[in-house]
Amino acid sequence: MSAAVIAVRRLRNWSAVLGGLLVALVVLMTLLSFVWTPYDPTFVNANAALVGMGHGGHLLGTDAYGRDTFSQLLVGARVTLLAGIIAVGISAVVGVPAGILAGMRARWLGEVIMRCSDIVFAFPALLLAILLAAGFGASTWTAMVAIGISTVPIIARLARAATLQVMATEYVLAARAAGRNGWWIARRHVLPNIAPVLIVQASVAFGLAILAEAALAYLGLSTQPPTPSWGRMLHDGQGYLFSAPRLSIWPGIAIALAVLGFNLLGDGLRDLLDPRQRDRR
Amino acid sequence: MITDLGRRLGFLVLTLAVASIVIFVLCAWLPGDPATTLLGTQATPAAVKQLQHQLGTDRPITTQYVSWVGGLLRGDFGTSYITKLNVWPQIESRLGVTGSLVLVGMVFAVLIAVPVGIFTAVRNRTVSGVAVSGLTQIGLAIPAFWVGILLSFFFAVKLDVLPPGGYVSFRVDPLEWIRHLILPGVSLALVQGAVLSRYVRSAVLEVMREDYIRTARAGGATFTGALLRHGLRNASIPVVTVLGVQLATLLIGAIVIESVFTMPGLGLMLLQGVGNRDLVLVEGTVMVLVGAVLILNFLVDLLYIALDPRLRRSR
Repeated sequence: MSAAVIAVRRLRNWSAVLGGLLVALVVLMTLLSFVWTPYDPTFVNANAALVGMGHGGHLLGTDAYGRDTFSQLLVGARVTLLAGIIAVGISAVVGVPAGILAGMRARWLGEVIMRCSDIVFAFPALLLAILLAAGFGASTWTAMVAIGISTVPIIARLARAATLQVMATEYVLAARAAGRNGWWIARRHVLPNIAPVLIVQASVAFGLAILAEAALAYLGLSTQPPTPSWGRMLHDGQGYLFSAPRLSIWPGIAIALAVLGFNLLGDGLRDLLDPRQRDRR
Repeated sequence: MITDLGRRLGFLVLTLAVASIVIFVLCAWLPGDPATTLLGTQATPAAVKQLQHQLGTDRPITTQYVSWVGGLLRGDFGTSYITKLNVWPQIESRLGVTGSLVLVGMVFAVLIAVPVGIFTAVRNRTVSGVAVSGLTQIGLAIPAFWVGILLSFFFAVKLDVLPPGGYVSFRVDPLEWIRHLILPGVSLALVQGAVLSRYVRSAVLEVMREDYIRTARAGGATFTGALLRHGLRNASIPVVTVLGVQLATLLIGAIVIESVFTMPGLGLMLLQGVGNRDLVLVEGTVMVLVGAVLILNFLVDLLYIALDPRLRRSR
């Protein structure tokens, strides 16, 4: 093993650590926002409109309505985390059982499940979100449900592939020979063995969900004002690119770091949990 | 191969049918009766009834669905309740804007991904390779619309060399056309380019291990020479198919980018439709976009079969 290979491997572990730190930062921001923000994030103050960074006690300045940017960023972290949790939650609750079932009953039932999943997969998430917003009115929930449904096929496919691998092992054969039923095998053998792969994918899906929610919020198809969200802040700030470009900088950095955190965490976990993948990428 | 083709065609038709039902249910059925919404709470039952009859919403829901789909097949997308305008001409007039954006985005994505992908593959184990991999990681984490905002800040607001938004048709002025497409095209392409570069990288890594590269090297070719001469053509097969799938992704991404640069394309129209609750317009536009995505994916499948003979029998 050359020194370069070892260096790359160290970097991979680094990516898990760095990703973990970034994710922890978002979680901390969210928790902090429940107990303390420098100002009320929705408080409109015409006298303090577009205050620069560090002036008048506003660490990152204020927007055109005099709302404190730093406070808005802290509270905006809530929507970001919630978006990921709901979307990944929906995709896990539906996708994992569907995938395991498709993997264990590989004949017609599995085929039907996977074709359904292909159909959902073919439908773009953004268009689903637009349809839900048109039908029910845009809200954080329509956005999250759309993202969640769109993530289901990815999780289901992965769960099925991993289940098929487990079902081919000798310990499953032994369990069957011992007369164990499918439910017992699924709980005892399949789920624990496919969990690592799913955890990795969940982390990546979390990052994608954050990106998608930010785009929807930017388009006005997710969280509605006055509730602060990072995507919405970018939308509101765009009108002041000339006078206050910082309004278009900070929320973007926040989104990018959050997504980077979950992606790096996923990549790092993959290398830690599945050594076979290490040299392949 | 014929049965394979038939299966894929069958899947395309099935997905289109399911998509049309989902779109119809969410736009025409769930939101309730348009006549009541249009006339407001003060309307007399007789007036509501008359308008329902006029709009055709007094018919059974299945009849309404069938007549909507029948209209789609004839190119009749219905008339908006809000603007009273025919929907298809509006869609048609904006296809050029969205099409141009997707095309330019694709070209930029390839221009970014191919050099970056090859470079990171060849320098797989060295520090510079890791650095470029890191950059693609960052590319994957940055929202495309934010890239658009930043680009318009630097190149339109600060440097004032490119227009901050809008669109000029190619037929009116080709130079202005491309000037208006550079910033939106790059914002669309950066993220897609980052994704694509990973595929280029793994495809190149794959062919680098092949025997024919070793043989070419044994025959006296340099590593770069062998890669350029024998490797790239083989590496291009998976990349071309990914490119096709990305065309669909770019089309969806264009919806967001159009609204960053206020380009009068399908995406901007669609979002305005959602804002005005113009459900007939949303219904038709989403159907066109979904149809385009599904047909693109179908064509990619066909291309994949055509390019890689091994797939013809095995599936």
